[in-house]
Order: sequence, then C-alpha cells, then structure tokens
Amino acid sequence: MKKISFAQAIESALAQAMSMDDHIIIMGEDVELSRVNLFSRFGKKRVFNTPISEGAFVGAAVAAAMAGLKPVVEVMLVDFIGTAMDAILNHAAKVEAFSGGRWKVPLVIRSACGGGYGDGGQHEQSLWGWLAHIPGVAVVVPSTPVDAGGLMVSALQHEGPVIFLEHKLLADYWLDYMGGNSREAVHFDVPPDGAYGAVPHTWEAIPLGQASIRRKGKDITIASVGVGVHRSLEAATMLKRKGISCTVLDLRSIAPLDKATLCTSVKKTGRLLVVDEDYCSYGLSGELAAVVSEARISFNYARVCTDDTIPFSRNLEDDVLPNKTRITDAAVKLMNE
Amino acid sequence: MKPDLWQLYRSMLKSRLFEEAVIELWNQGKISGEMHLAIGEEAIAAGVVSHIQEGDALALDHRGTPQLLMRGIDPVSLLLELLGHPEGLCGGMGGHMHLFSKEHLVASSGIVGASCPAGVGFALAHRYLRPGKISIAFFGEGAMNQGMVMESFNLASVWQLPVIFICKDNQWAIMTSSASVTAGTVTERARSFGIPAVEIDGGDVAAVWNMIKPAIDGARGGKGPAFFHMHCFRPEGHFLGDPLIRIARHPVKGMKPLTGPLLKSVTKIKGTSVKGRSQSVWGVLSTIGTTMKNQRGKQQDPLKRARKKLQAEKVRLQTIEQEVREEIQRAVHQALQIASQESKDTSP
Repeated sequence: MKKISFAQAIESALAQAMSMDDHIIIMGEDVELSRVNLFSRFGKKRVFNTPISEGAFVGAAVAAAMAGLKPVVEVMLVDFIGTAMDAILNHAAKVEAFSGGRWKVPLVIRSACGGGYGDGGQHEQSLWGWLAHIPGVAVVVPSTPVDAGGLMVSALQHEGPVIFLEHKLLADYWLDYMGGNSREAVHFDVPPDGAYGAVPHTWEAIPLGQASIRRKGKDITIASVGVGVHRSLEAATMLKRKGISCTVLDLRSIAPLDKATLCTSVKKTGRLLVVDEDYCSYGLSGELAAVVSEARISFNYARVCTDDTIPFSRNLEDDVLPNKTRITDAAVKLMNE
Repeated sequence: MKPDLWQLYRSMLKSRLFEEAVIELWNQGKISGEMHLAIGEEAIAAGVVSHIQEGDALALDHRGTPQLLMRGIDPVSLLLELLGHPEGLCGGMGGHMHLFSKEHLVASSGIVGASCPAGVGFALAHRYLRPGKISIAFFGEGAMNQGMVMESFNLASVWQLPVIFICKDNQWAIMTSSASVTAGTVTERARSFGIPAVEIDGGDVAAVWNMIKPAIDGARGGKGPAFFHMHCFRPEGHFLGDPLIRIARHPVKGMKPLTGPLLKSVTKIKGTSVKGRSQSVWGVLSTIGTTMKNQRGKQQDPLKRARKKLQAEKVRLQTIEQEVREEIQRAVHQALQIASQESKDTSP
C-alpha cells in the first residue's frame, strides 16, 4: 500500500485502465493541462482539449461510446452539466432502453462537485440526486482515494453511462486553483482521510452499488456520500460522547443504490439520518426514506441537506451546507423522539 | 461626436485600481472562491458602457466588475459583496460571478455563453416596454463555441432585436488556446446569421467608443443587432491562482511540483510512441511559453495606451489619477471598516 491524494488515485486508476484498453480516450475542457501526466504518456490522440461546448462534446461522447470507443468525458464542474443535459437525459440514458437492450453506451462523465470554499451557488452544487433521478444513468460519489480509484475501474468496466462526481474539497488540484499555498489565510475544511490515503499498487474494481460501513453503532444509521461521509464521521465521534452510537454508511454510488445494506442497518438501529450535500427536496434523502419504508421497516427519520441556493458568503455557506453541528443536533433530536 | 478620453481614462483607471485592490483582498484571504478579473478588458468596457442610457440593459459574464462600476454601482457595495457581507450589492449571496442590479438592469452569469440569451431576452422586453432602449451582451471568444450563443445570434437576427454582442477575445478559453479549438472566424459566424460584424482593437478605448456608436444608435433606431469582435489580453490569467500564470511568473518554483509526476508518467512503459509523448510535452511547454510571452506584452495595456494620449496635460492627468486613487482607497477602507464592524458585533 502507498499513500496518495484523491486526484492522484483517479489518475492512477485511469492510467492503469488506459494502458490495458486502447479504446479509452479522455476529452474535456483543459484536460491537456489538468491531466498533464496522462496527456504526456498517452498522447494527444487519447487525451485532448475540447472547446467550451458541453452540449456538443458530451453528445458526441455518447455516440462515440455507441460506436465502440470508451470515452471519459470531463465536464469541469457539475453545475455546467446543464448545457449538456440533453445528451445525458435523452440520449446516454435512453439508448439502451430504446434499442431493446441491444445497444449500450459505455461512457464515463467526470465532473467536480460540492461546496465549502466560497464560490457561490452556480459553482458549488452537488446535483447527484437530480442526475440519479434519470433511469439508465449510474451515479458514483467516492469519498476516499482508495474508493475513487476502485470505483473508476468499475465505471470504466460498466456497460452503461456513469457520472463520476469528485468533491472539490477532496480534489487537491481544484483547491490549488484557489491560490494553493499562496493564500495562507484561507482555510478549507478538508477531510484528511478523504483527500489523502493508502491505495493498492494494482487497482481492482469496487463494484457499483456496494455501500461501505465506515463506522458501526446501534442507535442511528447515518447514510451519506462524498464529503458528507466525513462530516458524519466527525459528528458520530461527538455523538459518542453524548452516549449516542452511530453507524455511518458511505453509499459510494447512489445509482445503483445498495438498498440491502441500508435496510439491514436501519432495521437494527430503527433510526435513519440522511446527510446529503445535495438539495433536500425530491432527492437522495427522500429516496432513502422511501426505500426503507418500502421494505416495511419501522423507523424514525431525519435529514440534514442543503435546503436552498448555496450562498457565496463563506459564513452563510457554512450554515447552509451539512456541517458537524447540524448533523449532531439532528441526531440528538432524532434520539429524543 | 467625439469620445471624452479624459472621462474614459478615469473610468478605466477606477476599474483597474478597484480590481488591483480585489487582488490584494483575495490574496489576504478576505475574498473567497475563484476570482476572475477583467484587467486588460477595461477599454472595451469603458468604450461600450459610456454609451449606455437609463433603461438600457447589460448582460455580463464572470468578469463584469468594470461594467458594473462604469454603470454607476457603488464601489463600496460591490466590495462588500465580494467580501460576502450582508450589506453587499446582492446581500453576500452572489459573489463576483453572480452580480445583479435590478434597478440598473444588469445581470451576470458564471456559465460561459449565458449572457447571450440574456442579452436577447432583455432586448425582447425592451421592444414591448422600453422602445429605443438596447441591451448589450458581453462574453469571451471561448463562449463562441457554446450552442446557446449561436442560437442567440439567430434569435436576435430573425427578430431584429436591439442587442449588441461584444465578444472580448483574450485568446484563451479557460486554459486552452482558443485558436486550437475554434474553427473559422468569429466575425464570419456572426455574419452568417445576417448580423453585421466588426473586428476592433479592444485595447484602444477611443476606437471602441467610435466604432460602437453607430451600431448602438442603429439598434436604438430599430436596425437590429450588431456583433463586435474586440481583441484584448488577460495578464492575470483565467482566474487568480491560474497555474499557467504562476508558472510563467515563477518558472522554477511553479514547475517544481509538476515535473516529478510528469517525468514519472511520461517514462512509463505502456502508452503512446516516443514521438507522441514528446509532442505532448512540447505542447505543454509551448502553452507555458505563450503565457510567458503574453506576460511580457505589457505594451498592450489599454490604460497605458490611453494615458499616452493624455500625458501632454500632465497636471490634469495627475489630478485625475490622484482623485481616482483616493476614491478607491476610501471605498476599500470603508468596506473593510463595515466588514470588521460586523464581525465585532457577531463575535461572542
């Protein structure tokens, strides 16, 4: 095992896959620089810049995937996916169904997501619930380097389209754009275990739809993805001191969703607290409640999500995004119900 | 009519000094997030916005500070917004990419190209509600590859709307050379929609003022849209923290973290041919080289060019510069004072 960063893990998994499969190409805005190591090793034929034309290049990636390539297409920030949405919603997601299962779209869309660095509501959204709403699309949200690499291997082996979301607080290159070490006064609340960690020398696939139990407890099941997992773990440590014992589930992919692990855990604890950096209404948090209800499990429920447009102001933003305090308060309230 | 070069220089300088203060505040960590500046675009903003009347609308991109200042937005309220303060222009909710002023009909967007449909929509409303008023959409040449921009040109043309499209060409689409990802010429694209298109040196404020005037007058008089391709430059990069600029300014320190992983990757066994690999590395180096060359191109600075034309009247020039400097210093001081007051009030 060696220790590397979240972004390096994804790069390393991609490099391994690209060296074994010539069909994998990488395209997107600025990738010749942002993925300079892959660009230098695999050349411009396999790693190349696109214009700022998300609608066209994501749409083209869909058809290129149908015609035999394995594109990894980068949409710089998930907020920008709006301009490419038709390609995802009406094409990538639908071709397999429309062709009677005969034609598949093996495509990976990489995109940075999430907030916590003061960039405002058009650059810090999560949107995984919105994307996972669409049948035919897999949505992956890793929270550690080892998962990021293993899930990328899986995403590349998957027969259909996969949206691979990388939280910006875990992606060191993004925080480097914020001035890196040049702005000492700026503090980002980066979860250390998420941004940096041990990974295997050779990557193996971590299956999509398999949650990971990050912490075991008997009172409450906290389910989350991405940075929310780390916030939940911090909260669980604080809650332990208050005598509340929490299980923390890292869903890792929300489509497919590991319903079995979720339901087994909630059945034991009788309480579900969803921590979701995505919007509250009509999203992951409600979906998890529905899944557990449909399994006829009796449970108490609460959620800590992003309720509104994310404010630019750092102070306001901290209160809007799920944080330790909000999670702890919600857990205590849930216990007292 | 002739442009008032003194007034234009004053508003360009105000914008420049304001953004230089923003750099300092950002470096100090007082402003969060990304920071895209319009340093190098001041002549375009000044030459265009000086024609604006009450009731006209502006659709801005992620570098809209000069237009906002020139449109008369209070610098203190703008600074407070960038500081994320509740008394800021948008209550601390928007930040520099999402600045709005309803009373001035000014809206910004951080989505590349989004100012074009907005410009069309403002012009459409004008036709019903404010005859004789126009809207102006500002965007970069990188946005010229967004579908919604082409669709907007078509709407503006078929509906003959009073909208002026200003394509500010700084040669870079984020960190990719625009020439490498853009086919044809941008003026030909606009012309193909039946929109008159003119290419201008966007560093010459008098030229911008002069050449845009007939188009603005025409749009007010019902002659429909116009397109301007204005050349400028981007000394501060895509955003503060742009790795290309960091490397260009401090090559040894900037390249250090890159070199190790790059060498390790480029020498791995499986991959493309030696030729392909060296072409890639050469491509990266030449991008850095172009950035370094552009950094040296200080003679392009639109402020220096305007100042040169005014320097015969030394005393008047110095008086103006002193006034603007003091105005910005006062604004920064006032904004920081309000911000610190607030944090004292809320601290336990």
